Amino acid sequence: MVTLTINGLQVTVEEGTTLLEAAKFLNFPIPTLCHVDGLSPYGACRLCIVEIGEGLRSRLVTSCTYPVEEGLVVRTTSNRVNRARRMVIELLLGTCPQSKVIQDLASKYNVHQQRFRQEYDDCILCGLCVRMCAEQMMAKAIGFRGRGETRSIGTPFDIKSDVCRFCGGCIYICPACQLRCTYNQPERAVCGGCANISAPCLEKSKFDDMMCYMDPCVACEIRKD
Amino acid sequence: MVSEEVSKLLERHEGKQGELISILEEIQAKYSYLPQEYLREVAVQTGRSLTDVYGVATFYKAFSLQPRGKHLVSVCLGTACHVRGGPAIAEEMEKQLGIKAGQTTPDKEFTLETVNCLGACAIGPVVVVDGHYFSNVRTGQVREILEKSRRGLDVVEVDTDERIFPVEVSCARCNHSLMDAEHIIDGHPSVRVTVSFGQKHGWVCISSLWGSYNVISKYEIPFDTIVNIFCPHCHAELIGGALCGDCGAPMVPMIVRGGGVVQLCSRRGCKGHILDLDGTTFD
Repeated sequence: MVTLTINGLQVTVEEGTTLLEAAKFLNFPIPTLCHVDGLSPYGACRLCIVEIGEGLRSRLVTSCTYPVEEGLVVRTTSNRVNRARRMVIELLLGTCPQSKVIQDLASKYNVHQQRFRQEYDDCILCGLCVRMCAEQMMAKAIGFRGRGETRSIGTPFDIKSDVCRFCGGCIYICPACQLRCTYNQPERAVCGGCANISAPCLEKSKFDDMMCYMDPCVACEIRKD
Repeated sequence: MVSEEVSKLLERHEGKQGELISILEEIQAKYSYLPQEYLREVAVQTGRSLTDVYGVATFYKAFSLQPRGKHLVSVCLGTACHVRGGPAIAEEMEKQLGIKAGQTTPDKEFTLETVNCLGACAIGPVVVVDGHYFSNVRTGQVREILEKSRRGLDVVEVDTDERIFPVEVSCARCNHSLMDAEHIIDGHPSVRVTVSFGQKHGWVCISSLWGSYNVISKYEIPFDTIVNIFCPHCHAELIGGALCGDCGAPMVPMIVRGGGVVQLCSRRGCKGHILDLDGTTFD
């Protein structure tokens, strides 16, 4: 067991617990985007940053990947944390301004201005769908490609993956692109969730072995014009 | 076909750290790009998911998923080259080749790419074609560089190239000179030794020019064959125990007149030769 201080409260947790879990245990809210129970921690969205240490030696770490240490002093909502967190939200908002999840976060943390050029991307590269596909669905149908500016998520060669079962887990879990639907391009589809409900453009027989996560499927609400 | 080739590669690299990258590198070296079927086969045989293999293949700039041209032209746009006019060179290249950076000409001759630093800032702006560096490049030289590359940069002009000089050698055992004035290669007396491979046994004359790989022999020696070399005078086998750093075949040592040792790789076609005029690495 490890004893540490979070926002002035002492807590004793098991070794190997992350700071995020310890803070959750004490009901301190820490926003997260790329963290979901059941998937390995990734530390991509940087929203869960907390301040550890004291005085000049304090620093910001991602609480979802930082394991508890004996005697650690953690602050989850110091000024420094709030400033950094709001900056992260503002940057995320610049990448995906149309995401409801990110908009909600922005309003919750009083991010009212947007100083960055808006990109209207549909991906914040949080890697949730990649981990979902690999760890929960055991498929590894999608993954990261390229690097730097051109990093993206998708299937190898941009064609329908042999191992994809159209479970729709990637779309279910995505915080940015809830409505990224490919139902009108079945050869590139990574979800196919819409085939659960009679989609006009797909032959349903193709998707016999489908196990869909989305119930009800949101894709059917999109109509191809 | 593909699967046999990949399994051969895998045998060589299996279990080593970074085996995936080594395998991909070899495929890239052979085909100048990573064909889709090879990536799929590598994934199957290494037990990785195709997604992981594809992720690695797209992450590194050294790998290409598109067929590349015969000649790879890299224009440096690093800081030093940038301020010395690198962008103008890149632009001129694009104009002359009629393609954009990152593309390949339709005749599959040239692939143009820009790189961010080649580590040769002092001689910038730098252009590298097939591993040959061109320094202090001006826009006026672009046409000349491309023409030279089209002719082939590995062709060495024996008379004018300063990197080439004749070496006189003798047998490491009997110290008898191996030079043969009757067989002239590249305008210089050649090094004559006895060669044995398979059932064949005959003479071979090796160019005495350091940097030239020309040989003539009684029997045509197939490429990739490892041969045994003997002194034509004392008939001792010329073998030192060292292995070629490039291909692992045994090296053939000879004494250089004036001091030092030259070691030639015994594999036909391998260029892993070592010239050591101090004799410090001779064992």
